[in-house]
Amino acid sequence: MNKDYLELSGLTVSFDGFVAVDGVDLTVLQGDLRFLIGPNGAGKTTLIDAVSGLVSATGRAEFAGEDLLGRKVHQIARRGVGRTFQTATVFEELSVLQNLDIAAGAGRSPWTLLRKRSGVPEAVTEAMETVGLADLRDTKAGILAHGQKQWLEIGMLLVQDARLLMLDEPVAGMSAEEKDETGRLLRRICVDRTVVVVEHDMDFMRSFAKSVTVLHAGKVLSEGTVAEVQADPKVQEVYLGPGQHSAEEAAIVLGEGV
Amino acid sequence: MTALLRSRYAVGIGFLVAAVLLFAVAPALLTTFRLGLLGKYLCYAMVAVGIGLAWGRGGMLTLGQGVFFGIGAYLMAMHLKLADAGPGGVPDFMALISSDGVPGWWEPFRSGAVTIVAILVLPTLLATLLGLATFRRRVRGAYFAILSQALAAAFAILLIGNPTATGGSTGLNNFKGFFGFSLRDPANRQMLYFIAAGVLLLMVFVAWRLMVSRFGELLVACRDAEERVRFLGYDPATIKTVAFAVAGMMAGIGGALFVPIVGIISPNDVGVVPSIGLLIGVAIGGRTTLAGPVLGAIAVAWAETTLSEQFPSGWTYAQGLLFMLVVAFLPGGLASLVSWRRRRSDTADPTAGADPEPAPAEVLAPAEGRTT
Repeated sequence: MNKDYLELSGLTVSFDGFVAVDGVDLTVLQGDLRFLIGPNGAGKTTLIDAVSGLVSATGRAEFAGEDLLGRKVHQIARRGVGRTFQTATVFEELSVLQNLDIAAGAGRSPWTLLRKRSGVPEAVTEAMETVGLADLRDTKAGILAHGQKQWLEIGMLLVQDARLLMLDEPVAGMSAEEKDETGRLLRRICVDRTVVVVEHDMDFMRSFAKSVTVLHAGKVLSEGTVAEVQADPKVQEVYLGPGQHSAEEAAIVLGEGV
Repeated sequence: MTALLRSRYAVGIGFLVAAVLLFAVAPALLTTFRLGLLGKYLCYAMVAVGIGLAWGRGGMLTLGQGVFFGIGAYLMAMHLKLADAGPGGVPDFMALISSDGVPGWWEPFRSGAVTIVAILVLPTLLATLLGLATFRRRVRGAYFAILSQALAAAFAILLIGNPTATGGSTGLNNFKGFFGFSLRDPANRQMLYFIAAGVLLLMVFVAWRLMVSRFGELLVACRDAEERVRFLGYDPATIKTVAFAVAGMMAGIGGALFVPIVGIISPNDVGVVPSIGLLIGVAIGGRTTLAGPVLGAIAVAWAETTLSEQFPSGWTYAQGLLFMLVVAFLPGGLASLVSWRRRRSDTADPTAGADPEPAPAEVLAPAEGRTT
């Protein structure tokens, strides 16, 4: 089996006594497209913050057999871990091409850095086409539409050669067509990568998730396919409150197929 | 592509015009005295090139460039004083106020070669150490600005507090020669001006190459979204430190040339106020551009001299007012007026630029290997 998988064991993050992520065990294999869902404050974003090195955590977070905890953000990034943020963060003053070129270059020698770019790296050309921004290569990232910025960020993860991609609400604020396009893009790129998506958009999750983990109060509440998770009474309780719920009620919040 | 050609042309023509102005027009039109003043402005402009790189491109608001300027200047001044005193001699001001002779740490600078190496290395080294210490700890924005300003204040106090070694608040002055050439001779003074002009052009060239390099793009990326750069696997502290070190080196060289051209260096030239004065020129000219900092620094220094000649106390107010106006109404400096005009003429040209917000379907259509 391929070693490029994410394995969290007993991952715990606490801020001044408040435990945001509480002993999470989680395994995401290569080729998976795992959605992390859960109510506000469930610890979804904190979890990927911990894996990417933004906040310190205890327990273990292994990717490709190496523990990531305790390393610096840029060192984790160099081990093939890439992430995006809830608000698209691209370099607004630079063009699409420049954004992607920077993402491709973390391993460049000082000598290469001090010279002008002589050609477009192949990975950059490929990524521009994968995310559909080839026609906008010389456009400043700052004037891209919201959805295009998100795709540019995903493109940056691709050229960065991230083998573990963690996306934080990638479709927030997108139109229906943009969401579909993003979902198809994620399906394409997850084939040879490990992809984790934090998302509130249930329709989007149902359409594109290969597997789902539900977090609640920092703990894993349920895990499985979309259908399994939707049918889980514990999940229904968290989303709808305690007690019995009709299929109609569940369908409203968790979507069809319950 | 046309825009690229045009901008490439623009930089080349800009260099040519600057060279003609500096090497032919200015010496022909200006008296020796005025040419000396222009030489002084060029030294400020060297510091400004560095500030443009560190602040304009890298986002490091450095209010303490006077420190690096001062180190370069004092190193050069020490050497000139020692050279004037002759082999084994004691500089005049030291002989006046103390009988201890030349301090041990002055001795290496009897050698011209050691002095030149020190001028190039020490400010750069200090900026590197300072950069690593602060940027690693993610000190930035206003905190970095205050820290650098405090350093400039401390440096001036240190100089004033050691009159036997540094001349105290009077500083070092009354230099007679420069590497064997008499500073009384107008021909030599003109040569110093030419050296300053050449060095400045070289610095602008270096800054230009850095701006268009991948490093330059990375620096802008650090300025605008440092966290994002970190998540791409770079250490922004290193990138910013390199830019800051280059800025420190440029300031040091500017200081070193300032000394023989102006004939005096004192704590008043390196403390908090002159450090901010250097910054104002950069802000007014346009900090993110190549020519803006240089032209801004020269214009502000020139305005200072002219206004001070007419209204001795008026300059400080004019400077403050100018700074406020630029920050409030023209954050990009005067250079933004030029690019604003260029943008306006671009919108009239239907081939320039891509549609900023095309329909999603249009964007998502597979691009058939088109690389324009």
